[in-house]
Amino acid sequence: MAEGIKDKVAIIGMGCTKFGESWDKSYEDLIVDAFKECIEDAGIEKKDIPAAWFASCFDEVFAGKAGTPLSTTLKLPFLPVTRVENFCASGTEALRGAAYAVASGVYDIALALGVEKLKDTGYGGLPDFGSVMGTKNRLITPNMTAPGAFAMMATRYFSVYNLSPEEGKRMLARISSKSHHNGTLNPKAHLRREVTVEQIMNAPIVAWPLGLFDCCGVSDGGAAAIVTRADMAKKFRPDPVYVKSLQIALSSGEEIGYTDFDYAHVETGYRAGQRAYREAGITNPREEISMAELHDCFSITECVTYEDLQFSARGRAREDIESGRFDLDGPQPVQPDGGLKCFGHPIAASGLRMIYEMYKQLQGKAGPRQIKNPKLALTHNMGGMPALNLIGVCIVGL
Amino acid sequence: MAEGIKDKVAIIGMGCTRFGEAWDKSADDLMIESSMECMEDAGLEKKDIDAAWWGCCFPMGGLSGLPLSMLLKLPFIPVTHVENFCATGTEALRAASYAVAAGVYDIALAIGVEKCKDTGYGGLPDFGGMMGGTSRWDMPNATAPGLFAIMATSYFAKYGLSPEEGKRTLAKIAVKSHHNGTLNPKAHMRREITVDEAMNAPIVAWPLGLYDCCGVSDGSAAAIVVRAEDAKKYRPDPVYIKSFNIAISSGEEKMYTDWDYAHVETTVRAAAKAYKEAGITNPRKEISMMETHDCFSITELTEYEDLGISPRGRAKEDVDAGFFNLDGQIPNQPDGGLKCFGHPIGASGLRMIYEMYKQLQGKAGPRQIKNPKIGLTHNMGGFPPMNVIGISILGL
Amino acid sequence: MVGITSYGAYIPRYRINRNTIYSAMGWLNPATLMPGEKAVANCDEDNISMAVAASLDCLNGLEREKIEGLYLATTTSPYRERQAAGIVATALDLRPEIRTADFTDSIKAGTTALLAACDAIKGGSAKRVIACAADSRLGKAGSAQEEIYGDGAAALLLGDSGVIATLEGSYSVSYDFTDHWRGEEDKFDRTWEDRWIRDVGYTKFIPEAISGLLKKYELSIKDFAKVVYPALYVREHAAIGKGLGADPGQIQQQMLATVGDSGVASPLMMLVAALEDAKPGDKILLASYGNGSDAMFFQVTQEIDKVRDRRGIKGHLALKRELTSYEKYAAFRGTIPIEKGIRGDEIAFTQLSNLWRERRAVLALYGSKCKRCGTPQYPPQRICVRPDCGAIDEMEDYRFSDKKGHLFTYTGDSLAFSTSPPAIYGMIDFEGGGRYNFDLTDCDLDSIKVGMPVEMSFRRKYADPARGIYGYFWKAVPVQA
Repeated sequence: MAEGIKDKVAIIGMGCTKFGESWDKSYEDLIVDAFKECIEDAGIEKKDIPAAWFASCFDEVFAGKAGTPLSTTLKLPFLPVTRVENFCASGTEALRGAAYAVASGVYDIALALGVEKLKDTGYGGLPDFGSVMGTKNRLITPNMTAPGAFAMMATRYFSVYNLSPEEGKRMLARISSKSHHNGTLNPKAHLRREVTVEQIMNAPIVAWPLGLFDCCGVSDGGAAAIVTRADMAKKFRPDPVYVKSLQIALSSGEEIGYTDFDYAHVETGYRAGQRAYREAGITNPREEISMAELHDCFSITECVTYEDLQFSARGRAREDIESGRFDLDGPQPVQPDGGLKCFGHPIAASGLRMIYEMYKQLQGKAGPRQIKNPKLALTHNMGGMPALNLIGVCIVGL
Repeated sequence: MAEGIKDKVAIIGMGCTRFGEAWDKSADDLMIESSMECMEDAGLEKKDIDAAWWGCCFPMGGLSGLPLSMLLKLPFIPVTHVENFCATGTEALRAASYAVAAGVYDIALAIGVEKCKDTGYGGLPDFGGMMGGTSRWDMPNATAPGLFAIMATSYFAKYGLSPEEGKRTLAKIAVKSHHNGTLNPKAHMRREITVDEAMNAPIVAWPLGLYDCCGVSDGSAAAIVVRAEDAKKYRPDPVYIKSFNIAISSGEEKMYTDWDYAHVETTVRAAAKAYKEAGITNPRKEISMMETHDCFSITELTEYEDLGISPRGRAKEDVDAGFFNLDGQIPNQPDGGLKCFGHPIGASGLRMIYEMYKQLQGKAGPRQIKNPKIGLTHNMGGFPPMNVIGISILGL
Repeated sequence: MVGITSYGAYIPRYRINRNTIYSAMGWLNPATLMPGEKAVANCDEDNISMAVAASLDCLNGLEREKIEGLYLATTTSPYRERQAAGIVATALDLRPEIRTADFTDSIKAGTTALLAACDAIKGGSAKRVIACAADSRLGKAGSAQEEIYGDGAAALLLGDSGVIATLEGSYSVSYDFTDHWRGEEDKFDRTWEDRWIRDVGYTKFIPEAISGLLKKYELSIKDFAKVVYPALYVREHAAIGKGLGADPGQIQQQMLATVGDSGVASPLMMLVAALEDAKPGDKILLASYGNGSDAMFFQVTQEIDKVRDRRGIKGHLALKRELTSYEKYAAFRGTIPIEKGIRGDEIAFTQLSNLWRERRAVLALYGSKCKRCGTPQYPPQRICVRPDCGAIDEMEDYRFSDKKGHLFTYTGDSLAFSTSPPAIYGMIDFEGGGRYNFDLTDCDLDSIKVGMPVEMSFRRKYADPARGIYGYFWKAVPVQA
């Protein structure tokens, strides 16, 4: 029987660029920046790398449909480079591809790198779904944007749990203001400004009921990791970070096509979380997970994720939000680096960026936002829309 | 030290649709067909699958694994979308193989599909979409036949072949594949052609003519892999993976003047690693049969040399001698190849493995090769100066 | 016995008061002020979508598989070549084994289509044929046409059984009378002097056709319960009837002050209005206008009382929302270019081979229903979506276009490009099962609530003018309580 990935793989180096509107940088620049920091951190050289996994989601915007953007940018000497994609969870997929390759004994070391250059479209928000979703869907799906698809979850959540728009928006505002605070402590974050609950609530509406500050940044950036087999990790550094679980779950189609789904939670998030806890041997995530980076593409996403991952009881995230449970000084800090909200969201880099923060926190290198003695960290990386998506959950620890 | 993939993974089921211009079928229809054949062949049901890898190069349903999970109603299992140009299908199988070899899953599905015939024009979808932003400015408005035609030009020049001689050699390659295609009910093109027909066909990109180019097809292929030690539980004749290697251009072919544009460097590199991993020292003697990436006749010609089967510059002699014919020493493209089976991008890598799998199991019907031991597939993505090669070596 | 067996109509939800137009453009042409309001197609409506809506009203409760032909009259098709009737027939889910044709290039084409449908039935080549007419005509900013032209559609089902009004006779005149025209490159009508049109056009051709009909069938104008004909001029409209000897009570009132002149649809919409009030035994005389005139008359039967559950003219007149902005009106009709942003300009090409394969799913809103567990699902699936079923290839076709639904959740999206922002869309759960994401239309964000009932409406989903492609799909419209 398959026994899973727990403690088979360790991360021995990571790199992450500053995220933001990098008008002066190409995707190649971002790849090189993330890569340099990563191999330096791992204490290895390019020639030590035998294989790589590359993630980038909007290929039509820049890079092409293969591993060649990575191999030709880094001049990797005829290595295998595989391009993986799973919407906004592409970065987590790159790490997963690399992790399986070393765990299977095919390679000793593997590189996972995610990059996205979003700010070359000429407009705000993500590249239009007309090109992302393919032409068949365009014939039958509304001209949807990401904020719109997630706004529908807020509408439902408010309706199911009987929150007035004002109450609901206040709860969501509290989530964003927390992330804005954390972002001010992070020099690599895209948005580094405190905002108040009132400012958030009064911001222009992007997709009702979500306003500007309910939406994460649209950013350029890259992040990278070097993995090796766990039994070799200490040869590279004294404080490798071990993969305790790595789980992906994709929609089966029933959420969008069958009427049972309530659109007030994300089913894949719940399923991936359950599997990850089993794999990592966690029985009480509210107590055992020290900190997390969740996929807060929108404030409502973070809200339902608290419940999907059982940090909060179903329908009761609001109490935990209001009590400050997920604040940097709370019992279970979430988005210590600012999250997608403020670190920013270069699609295929985000999954690796989340792990980057957990890795630095576990190694005690998170500077002014350092969490005290974290043991187990969780990242939750989502791609797609509430009714049609995939979730990658990764648990890492020392 | 890493020991590679040899004999860790076995294929226990495969499926492949008929390739062709499937005007009445969507990519969804094709994937259902190939996955159903595959599961039936493996004696498994959908619920037995732990995880899946999906290869598709021009995904009409978005850049994720969702088109597959939503289609097959896979119950919240992981599905990952992989891409490496025309070698995408090989990548799907490679990822599935690593996942079972790592002990993370017991049973993994790899599936590749391409629906090429919804663009409204012949050939592949335009590279404007494929190659991304900046390459549109600094590359000629190139097509696939054009970029491979350049290799024919430099090959002819380097080895002193007149266009007439060169084209005749290439024509023989196409004639051989057309013959094999007639024996394959799933092939896109099933008609014999003559050397003269091939040589006199309209030019697509000089010096390549119509019959130097493979079919542009719709189709899908799928495989199920398990760990080698579990394989016999499922069937008496699983096919084992002896090697799996990918090599991708480093940029030096395109930007550094050492490369001759008369061979494909990634093939040389991937083949060297693959032979080492599989323990093959004399490929010309040890390989029983092959499916190589004959997107164009010139590609197949250079592959004979790059794979170390023919000496450098002397593939013509082997072609003339019928070395690669179905009744030759190393039959190549027994199923018709990309040339005649057709080339639905994301499916082709798995289609090649499908043919080797059926041949190894002795189930290839009128085109059965006698007692094959070792089969090689060679799957290329991209263009001679910038590409990715996937090589698999399979055996019983 | 051949005649009308059912009727339906469609008037778009939006109305603009002519004062609104005049306030914006009256400075240019102070003589244009006309009374009342006119109907304005929403930015996602055109002649094709309105023809579908009127035809659906007409086919309410009837068996669509028995229809053998569809004739569409229109002068405002988005395509010069691609049959509009074919799109409408597909959307209506009619069988492929039918005869379809577009009748166009003259505003009398509506009555011509009606007569051609009756002739087909009389000639024995079909038993049931729909004749529908729809127009959404443009006037240049500040023109009289801009004030006069309104948008609308009507549909009549013709047949030889269950006839509610038999066609008793017809009389046509045809003249190459160039009162208005559009050249190959013209977006807007060009017209000759309106006094000439009034005195030599309307007031000559309509009386000529009606008189010819009366003479041919030895009838008197007094034999008719209603006399139906259009005229752009209120005074002349009355004068034409008076000149023919009709009492004012016999003359079917026009809808110039509520809908406007809806071109080919005008005479048929007026006929539908007359049928809504008709009693068994009534005779109705109908004449059209445009390069001559078609006149015809009907005898209403007892069956008329079986066809009362149509939204028709009265129902649609009652459903209205005022468009208070001239600029919004001009943007809806495309008479001024608007800034779509780069996001709005980005349009992927339409795969026509794919659209062909998926035509029933896209244009007729067909999903599938699992024969094993009975779950309807959209778009059509081969593997059942219900988690505890999962049957493979056990589906039957299932039409969603005529199913009611409920709004499960929604948003108003200000980031997505829309000519009428915010783009409102949501998830619809259908009565009887099935759900999918749909655009919402004919509503505003403040008026919708989770759980409210919706019905499906065929609309233009996108336009790709650079490639000459207009895409159609179904949207959800909140049902007004």
